[in-house]
Amino acid sequence: MTQATDCTLAELMIVACSEAWRGDGELLASGITTVPRLGASLAKLTHTPELLMTDSETYLVSEPVPLGPRGDYVPRFEGYMSFERVFECVWGGKRHAMIGPTQIDRFGQANLSCVGGDYAKPKSMVLGVRGLPGNNINHPNSYFVPNHGPRVFVANEVDMVSGPGYNPARFEPGMKNDFIDLRLIVSDLCVMDFKGPDHAIRVKSLHPGVSFEQVQAATGFPLLKAADMGETPLPSAEQLEIIRRLDPHNMRGAVIKGNPPVIRPAGAS
Amino acid sequence: MNKQLSLSQVVSRLADGMTVGIGGWGPRRKPMAIVREILRSDLKDLTIVAYGGPEVGMLCAAGKVKKLIFGFVTMDALPLEPYFRKARESGGLEVMELDEGMFEWGLRAAGMRLPFLPTRCGLGTDVVRRNPGLQMITSPYPDGEVLLAMPALKLDVALLHVDVADKLGNTLITAADPLFDHLFARAADACYVSTERLEDKFALSGDEARLNYFERYLVKGVVHAPGGAHPTYCGKNYGWDMDHLKKYNASATEEGGWDKYCEEFIRCGEEQYIARNGGMERIGKLRTPIF
Repeated sequence: MTQATDCTLAELMIVACSEAWRGDGELLASGITTVPRLGASLAKLTHTPELLMTDSETYLVSEPVPLGPRGDYVPRFEGYMSFERVFECVWGGKRHAMIGPTQIDRFGQANLSCVGGDYAKPKSMVLGVRGLPGNNINHPNSYFVPNHGPRVFVANEVDMVSGPGYNPARFEPGMKNDFIDLRLIVSDLCVMDFKGPDHAIRVKSLHPGVSFEQVQAATGFPLLKAADMGETPLPSAEQLEIIRRLDPHNMRGAVIKGNPPVIRPAGAS
Repeated sequence: MNKQLSLSQVVSRLADGMTVGIGGWGPRRKPMAIVREILRSDLKDLTIVAYGGPEVGMLCAAGKVKKLIFGFVTMDALPLEPYFRKARESGGLEVMELDEGMFEWGLRAAGMRLPFLPTRCGLGTDVVRRNPGLQMITSPYPDGEVLLAMPALKLDVALLHVDVADKLGNTLITAADPLFDHLFARAADACYVSTERLEDKFALSGDEARLNYFERYLVKGVVHAPGGAHPTYCGKNYGWDMDHLKKYNASATEEGGWDKYCEEFIRCGEEQYIARNGGMERIGKLRTPIF
């Protein structure tokens, strides 16, 4: 048995992320940035080998590639996935992406564009809506949040709805929104899903040492508890071995501030 | 049929107020030599249409952009483009912010000479609210679905950077991903291409010819510009220049930083630009880091 002291919070989150793709079968798994990418890789190497993955640039790989400089490792390709073809996957619904939005609201709407101020003069410009409008309207999506707090999980709607969610007021009659399929949110405090009434967000599991009240206090909207809400499982020895092999340069160690162990020391934020 | 031009000849064919599409994606294969020549010119009030990288920030910093049509602006390894952010946060930039796929659809519609193409991308988002000109259309078939009618993104000019071209306007993109350059070429009244290597007239093998993604009738001019995508990456020729991009990024936080950047890298002309970045000997050795 792995002990909570044997692994880091980031490693626990990688395992939690991998659950997002469980049972997805043959579709393109796009884990964007270090932890989601390692989560997708772990999913493919353990419970869902049917997943398609890329080398994070242009080719489909038959096995997930390690992160960073690869030394002697030579990736083997099973196909091709240019950006243009990624769009074809998106529109055909054959993709499950996990990204880290700047803001998320109670409807699961996500923002990656700009925050605060006025749209004509935002307080903080981020990237732009990117592919979120197309992703969310077409295929399953999950979110990754390394800094769970009320600035990410906002009280009202996000400032610029980039990825649509379960907000009926945003759709007119005749618009098809039933491909919207939000799965998991993995944060540094908990794992949440959208399985409450009308897709309300529920806490599915709390990371070791975290209370529901703590999560609620860090969230700008009311949360539900899943009936079977439990503790996020620790990585198994096998999962840890795979994670360490896929991330030989420990890029996962830079994701959460201070790279804390699973149970953060008292007083740490 | 010799379409070879100089950088300044290309820029002399542009006019104030034009809608200019720029190929590439983020820090990938941007026609930077042509962009730098625009920065040296007195062109103004441009509408820039791009999957944006540092070229967007530079054009904003130089006051060339009246309106930006975009889905994102990023340098990937440095996710936030500093001068683009400044332009947005100072409130002076008119924008049409689109989903990446809507953007592609707009280019496709223009290339096919259609007024629009239907899509679900954008529905239920603020892209619709922030672009009140976007219209919906109801499917005429029994499904009756309401879709977004993505309008054609018609370009006056497309600017691209390729690996190899000939003087007739034939081009090859040898990078693993040709990106969406062919759609920019088709959406434009005139396409100008800069190239790492210029040949008189192609005599290619079949395998090589497969790397030709759009027809020469779309190409109005070809500029020989080795290193012309620097500091962005250029397929098999060179990777992006992280040191240069960091320096550019840092300049945005310095007093008079943009002017200093221009003094060091823009006003000096293209030959000096390449020299000041270590020449093609250094640029040719740049490798994009493996992620």
